Amino acid sequence: MAVQGAVASRSGLRSALPLLAPAYLWLTVAIFLPLSAMVFFSFMTDLPLSGKPWEFTLGNYAAFFSQSLYLTLLLASLRLGLEVTLWCVVIGYPAAYVLAKVLKGRSREAIFLLVILPFWSNGLVRIFSWAMVLREGGILDTALNAVLPFKINIDLMYSYPAVIIGLVHSYVPYMVLTCYLTLQAIDDSLIEAGRSLGASRLQVLKRVIIPLSMPGLVAGAALIFVPVVGSFMEPRILGGRTGTFYGTVIEDQFVAVFNWPLGAALSFILLAVVLVILAVASPVLKRAA
Amino acid sequence: MMTTRILQGLGRFYIFLLLAFLYLPIIIMALMSFNVSPFYQLPFEWTTEWYASLWQNDQLIAATWNSLEIAVITTLISVVLGTAASLALYRYDFRGKKFLQALLFPPIAIPWLITGTAMLIFFFGVGIGRGLFAILLGHVALALPYVIVVVSARLQTFAPELEEAARSLGANQWQVTRRVTLPWIMPGVIAGGLFAFAVSFDQFVVSYFLATPGQTTLPVEIYAAIRKGFTPEINAVSTIIIVVSMALMLLTARFFKFGGEK
Repeated sequence: MAVQGAVASRSGLRSALPLLAPAYLWLTVAIFLPLSAMVFFSFMTDLPLSGKPWEFTLGNYAAFFSQSLYLTLLLASLRLGLEVTLWCVVIGYPAAYVLAKVLKGRSREAIFLLVILPFWSNGLVRIFSWAMVLREGGILDTALNAVLPFKINIDLMYSYPAVIIGLVHSYVPYMVLTCYLTLQAIDDSLIEAGRSLGASRLQVLKRVIIPLSMPGLVAGAALIFVPVVGSFMEPRILGGRTGTFYGTVIEDQFVAVFNWPLGAALSFILLAVVLVILAVASPVLKRAA
Repeated sequence: MMTTRILQGLGRFYIFLLLAFLYLPIIIMALMSFNVSPFYQLPFEWTTEWYASLWQNDQLIAATWNSLEIAVITTLISVVLGTAASLALYRYDFRGKKFLQALLFPPIAIPWLITGTAMLIFFFGVGIGRGLFAILLGHVALALPYVIVVVSARLQTFAPELEEAARSLGANQWQVTRRVTLPWIMPGVIAGGLFAFAVSFDQFVVSYFLATPGQTTLPVEIYAAIRKGFTPEINAVSTIIIVVSMALMLLTARFFKFGGEK
């Protein structure tokens, strides 16, 4: 559309405003103001509404930096995010490749749908379903003991591996989706050209396919890493007592300990970490868009 | 070539393994909801006892109704507001448009734990408090960006000349929108609506922080039940939920190509 110049711009805004205002007002009230309020509360000693006296303080942030517990848990959550992301790459990327370059036509469409379908179903329920599989006397235990000649006890429930398995199960479709989108955009003739010029399969993979699909890998990694670092429900259900992470500590501040200002400070620190990660990832993502 | 065929066969097998990994736990959970033993013991014996006992659980039924009501209202509000915003972003050029589009990103990208706790603090602070109304406020805000993104994607395939042609034939702005633009973007609007429904119906984290004991949704109720201990009843209700949400997404896929191809 040939609308140009400042005058036209202003009239464009005037026509757009009635259509835009309701949606953006709603987002402001329910997302942007709450996030600002969270920052504000994180500098208070107590909630001003509780009737108790309150004042501004840096104490909530001091708590984070003086008690090594919070920093340790944040690092544990970052490590969890990294491990889950890596597993998703290892499991998801080959699957995306097969989908994009091996399967064709209707079977590709159907399988693609099957892979991303669980992603849009209830996350809580999918995490819970692993409890049936992983616990002692559960399916994995029973099945392995039926096959193996000797008796072993598989009780992965309430352990760190259980948390990893559950989270990878939850997030691997994301990686398949983003990698598939970039992989199927790669022209097959590029791959054939590389092969006919004498490159081995491995070389083509390393020099052509992986570099060209990098935006998908980075997008998938960012989309997985960020929510995993902030996860609390998955570690609670599958990790039990071993499932204490940064997210579960934030949850505790709001539903168990009722130290909201400290919770707000911890949330804000997490938000800062998340924003840094997204900022680092965004140049690659922009190139992809 | 021989190696090519072997590699392709391996690839297909690998996809099969991935699908098994994705679906087996869900299938096992569904089977266990029909098993007699309340401790998930084998051998398997068929029963629908756990589904029958769901009907006796008033708390669960109330929470289910809340979830459905909130999901329907969220869908209606976010589709209307989101479609309007998408049209504005598509039709008009103005300063700050890029910024407004960028603003849709944080609600999707920021972990729900942060958004949820922030809403709790703010709603409490301004006197809205917790409960179903607060949950609805939150759900619409979470669903809006998805609706706008999906509808905008559909609008990209729309030829603006069609609107101009209709206008030059004497149609006013409302007629152009209703008779020309909306019919074209309808698949996107429906897909956006289904997304909104799924975001709301499956939403746990934000609802969890905004719920109160009497005013709660199904996922929050299930989480509470899981933390009390596993029962076949949870399996039964979980199985129902997963069937509903998967059916919903299959429906969405009919209206909206995820792969972005074709």
